[in-house]
Amino acid sequence: MSKIKKNILLVDDDVDYLFQKKLELEKEGFNVFTAHSIQPAKKILEETSIDLAIVDLMMQEKDDGFVLSYQIKSLWPKTPVIMVTGVTAQTGLEFDTITENEKKWIKADTIFTKPVRAEQLVREIRRLLVNE
Amino acid sequence: MNNISDVLNVLIIDDEEGMCMGASRALSSTQVFIDDLKIMVGFSSKSVHSYAEYKNSIVNQKYDLILLDYKLPDGSGLDILQEINEQSKETLVIMMTAYATFETAVQATKLGAYDFLAKPFTPEELRNSVRKAATRFVLAKRAKSFEEEKRKIRFEFISVLSHELKSPINAIDGYLKLLREGSITPGSDNYSMAIERSLVRLEGMRKLIFDLLDMTRIESGQKTRNIEPIDLIATIHQLIDQNKDEAKLGEITINLFSENELKMEADQSEIEIILNNLINNAIKYNRPKGTVDITVLDRQNQVEIQIRDSGIGLTKYEQDKLFNDFVRIKNADTMNIQGSGLGLSTVKKIAALYEGTVSVTSQKGNGSIFQVILKKYLNNTICPQIVT
Repeated sequence: MSKIKKNILLVDDDVDYLFQKKLELEKEGFNVFTAHSIQPAKKILEETSIDLAIVDLMMQEKDDGFVLSYQIKSLWPKTPVIMVTGVTAQTGLEFDTITENEKKWIKADTIFTKPVRAEQLVREIRRLLVNE
Repeated sequence: MNNISDVLNVLIIDDEEGMCMGASRALSSTQVFIDDLKIMVGFSSKSVHSYAEYKNSIVNQKYDLILLDYKLPDGSGLDILQEINEQSKETLVIMMTAYATFETAVQATKLGAYDFLAKPFTPEELRNSVRKAATRFVLAKRAKSFEEEKRKIRFEFISVLSHELKSPINAIDGYLKLLREGSITPGSDNYSMAIERSLVRLEGMRKLIFDLLDMTRIESGQKTRNIEPIDLIATIHQLIDQNKDEAKLGEITINLFSENELKMEADQSEIEIILNNLINNAIKYNRPKGTVDITVLDRQNQVEIQIRDSGIGLTKYEQDKLFNDFVRIKNADTMNIQGSGLGLSTVKKIAALYEGTVSVTSQKGNGSIFQVILKKYLNNTICPQIVT
């Protein structure tokens, strides 16, 4: 990987989660931008060159994460998106990105269920950034 | 009259071809109006002539109603009846027999037959029996799907609830781990912030649990309501006092515009839940140095309480969903405010117990007015059940 710090956008409506993940990722040598909803996230994306985005699924609306990752992928198709969700099968929002078909409509490269361990997240970020 | 909204599948089992044709003809011209549901039901029928044919016919098809002959060339109708009842509790069977005796009727009923027709019967007798059975079948099916719907709602509620409880645990867990591994060091700004935020999240969790208990008590209808004369104004004074520390933090002024006393018959704790939620919200979602104006209007047999804040306000879209379970308005203005998303939905449920309403008028950025109207005297003090 190059020596230049990679820019990561972190979007989540939980301010504590944002703070903690930002701290963890900065320790790993990333530049971290945070946003608590779609609007400020898009502003950052427009103003900054973001290398990878980590998006929470349920924000103001329970599918905001889908909407945002869809928008990211249509404007910046090459930017990897990791979707993080606190909900699992119970809510009927069951999905994954294993098959090609699932990848087609869920515009995210990876999906994680909260709580995500720091090493797990960092490993996935590095993997996606290398592929890029 | 041809608006058939449901077609029931009928299987006719009889070795006499004439019987099958006659029954099938009678059914094709029969429609049943289910009065309770305001729907029309029609029938589609198929005939088989033996036990063996019956076994083949049920391989790929489920029948709602079965007209069953008592005597078949290769078996007894009673055997089929027993099989049907072991397989499906929903299918209704009407037994038909030429040898109608009291004993056979009793035996068939014991085995689960819904009705009994003695041959020979007129098409009208057949229709009457089928009408009864169809009504019973459709209503039972509806009741079952209603039960399933209720179960589903409860399940979703618990899923969202567990999510709401998991979020603060994850947040506090995250801070503790950062402290343990030394990513946040004592004495730094982050250190006091991490502790402060952990306490805030714990408080949010506590509030969720209390709101949940309030809601469960109201919804189960099991709590004995203690309806007695209470003074609404004294209650409000007491709640303002309870909230004054939180108001002081934001330098928020609370004003009360009312008579000195207003008597109503109510359960003190229910009224406190309603008003505490609204007063506390008016403080939490206010601006620094804002105001909360509480106005109480005595309207003969009703009381109207207005709680007006100078806070962040709500968009039309936010107002529409505000009173549902677990709805929290999340935006830049509210991200530091802890709420369970259950307070207002509980307020609405309690208001209904007083044949009352709760509503909101607001403009984004320009404060909100919550209006509660409650009946002052309830005709019956029996606790009404809320259908969830």
